[in-house]
This record gives sequence, C-alpha cells and structure tokens, in this order.
Amino acid sequence: MIGIDGVIGQISGLTRQDLERWIANAWVRPDKSADDYAFREIDVARARLILEMRDEMEINEDALPVVLLLLDQLYDLRRQMRDLNSAFLQVVPKDVRLDLAAHLTTHSR
Amino acid sequence: MADPYTTLGVPRDASQDTIRDAYRRLAKQHHPDLNPGNAKAEETFKAVSGANSILSDPDKRGKFDRGEIDASGQEQAPRESYRNHAEGGSGRRYSRTDSQSGGWSDADFGDIFNSVFGERRHTDDDRPIHGQDKQYALSTAFLDAVNGAMSRLTLPDGRTLEVKIPPGTADGQVLRLRGLGGPGRNGAPAGDALIEVHVAEHRHFHRDGQDIRLTLPVSLSEAVLGGSIEVPTPGGLVSMRVPPHADSGTELRLRGRGVPAHDGLATGDLYAKLNVVLGAPDEALEEFLRNWKPKNPIDPRQAMREQP
Repeated sequence: MIGIDGVIGQISGLTRQDLERWIANAWVRPDKSADDYAFREIDVARARLILEMRDEMEINEDALPVVLLLLDQLYDLRRQMRDLNSAFLQVVPKDVRLDLAAHLTTHSR
Repeated sequence: MADPYTTLGVPRDASQDTIRDAYRRLAKQHHPDLNPGNAKAEETFKAVSGANSILSDPDKRGKFDRGEIDASGQEQAPRESYRNHAEGGSGRRYSRTDSQSGGWSDADFGDIFNSVFGERRHTDDDRPIHGQDKQYALSTAFLDAVNGAMSRLTLPDGRTLEVKIPPGTADGQVLRLRGLGGPGRNGAPAGDALIEVHVAEHRHFHRDGQDIRLTLPVSLSEAVLGGSIEVPTPGGLVSMRVPPHADSGTELRLRGRGVPAHDGLATGDLYAKLNVVLGAPDEALEEFLRNWKPKNPIDPRQAMREQP
C-alpha cells in the first residue's frame, strides 16, 4: 500500500493532476485513508496501463472509459473462466471433463 | 534477436515519426494487458518494445546502424503487469459485475452461465433487496459551484449522468441522485448515486461560508480620492464606490454579492480588501513626492517598533 506521492514517484511521466483526475473519474480506485489515498499493487498497475494507453497508444481520455469498460469485462470473464476451471477440477469427475473437452473440440464452431 | 527495423516493419531510412507511428500501431495490437493469456502477443510486444528502445533513441539508433551495438540486450526489464493482478482475486476491485467478495454473485452467473446453472437460482430466496448506493466523485469549477450549474459525470460503466449542481454547493458536499445507484432485486427500488463534489480553487475569489473574499487592486488616485470602480463578483461586474482616503487593507463590503441563498442560508456578502497598486514609474508623481511636505507626517512602522 502506497500513497499518491509514492505512485507518482514510481511511474515516470505521470502527473499528480492526471492521477487525481483519473481517481475523480473512478478509473483508478485506491482506498481512501485519513488524508491520502492507499494504492494497492493493482491500482498502481492500472494507473501505469492507463498512462501507456493514453501516451503511447494515443487513446485520448474521451475514449478511455470505453476501453476500460471493455477491458474490465474481459478480465471479469477471464476470472470467471478460471473460477469455472478450478470448480470443474474439484467437482467434475475426470471422465466427464474429458467428455466436455471432446464435445468442445468437435461441436463448437 | 531479430533486426529492429524488421520487427517494427520500417525501412532503414525511416524517419523518427515513422518509427514512432509503427511502434504505436504495434503496441496497440500486441500490448499484453490488452491480450491476456496470449503468449504470442506478449512475445511480440517484448520484441517491439526492444526494437523501439533502440530506434526511438537517435543516439542508440546511430550506434546500431554503425554496428557498434547489436539488437540483443535491449529487452525491457520485466515489469509489474496489470493482467497479473486483474485476473486474480484482487481484480475483483475493478469488476463490472458488482461482486466484491470471493464467490460468484448472481451477476457473475449472468446470461452465459445461467442456462447451465439456472436451477441454482431457485434455491435462492426471492425477497426484495434494495439496490446498493454507489459513490462517485465530481470536480467542478468554483463559479459553477457558487452559482449552480449542470454538469456531466461519466460512470465507470460508460453511462453518463446529468448532475445538477445547486447554487451554493460547498467543497466536499455530497449530492444524492435517487434511484441512480445499483439496481434493486425482486421488485425492490434501486439504490442512490452519492456524488461527492470537489470544488476547484478560484484565482481571485475565496469562499468563507456564505461570504466571498477578494483582494481588490486599486490605483493610488482611486485610494486617495475615492471614486466609483467596477468589482468582479460571482454574479458579474458590480460598481462600487471607494470612499476617499481608503488605504491598503481596507475591507469594503458589497451586501448580497456573496454566495446565493440556499438550504435556508441567507445570501452572503462580498468582502473586497483593497490593495493599492502604484503601477509604472511616473516622473510627475516622483517630482511631487520629493517636494511634498505632509501636513500630518506618519510613521507607518511605529506599532512594530513598540511591540517588536
């Protein structure tokens, strides 16, 4: 957990103004402590990704909410798939899993 | 390692602009955080970044062209990637499905998995559950907060909310938009959107409760002789009479020109503190002062000396 100054120090090219606006837009959502923010690793990584998308990929800030919306949904789905995968491993007997795999290889388009 | 020009797909005499454009185009396509789980994209991105780190730097590019350095050893150090966090449990922080705890919520079952797991839902109780309140933050300009304005808030899910900022809104005030929070379940009403307003500082105005304070520059002759001047207020320019012999620091009040009445609070006043500005050098004034014998000489620092 680090504060806002720590994040600005870690990510070169990131200004406080940018980060504060992204927080206000809820693009980055650190925890709020008494008079600072507390950033988890995922918040720092997300701020870095947003900066790269804006500066290196030239996705301007008007378009960013759409990209973040789709990205968050992509990761939701991937997380669900992993959950599903581990649930299958624990709950579904091996022969059923092999049946499922065979079905997916032959019947999916 | 491959030739960086080949990796970026640019000719050897490409301009720096061409190289930058090629890098950006490839980065957009292969960025690993935008292609989670795609090992090929990750490899390509590494190669592209490595090639860009040589060719984007004219100095390194020159060394490479002259054969002084080769293309290897230019790979970027592995860094903290977003996808590693977003795919794990910690990624729920930015979930769009509303499930913040460890297990799946109803929303996670969604439309895709609903047909497989549909039976499960009937075992759930179907009592109405009030929607959750959602917290948002909104920044606004000083005058918009004082006078009231319409503003627009883009939500994390891409929707926009029209937010009416009422006159007299203070920094940190929370506006409640009924029914614009999370949806209710089983016929229960939706939650509210709670919007915390952050008011930006103004260059000249400073808010003090219902009053507005302002440092007002006046010329020497306006201060000594008095006169009518125009004063900026949150509602626009207002003319004000400066009394003769007004000094720097004199505070003049414009009644009813502060923050408009709201929520049972009366309209505030505007306090303008005068600040005498001498302006550009003026020979006539200097000549006058050299020959000036004040009728009542003063020692402006007398109080400082008596009470150091």
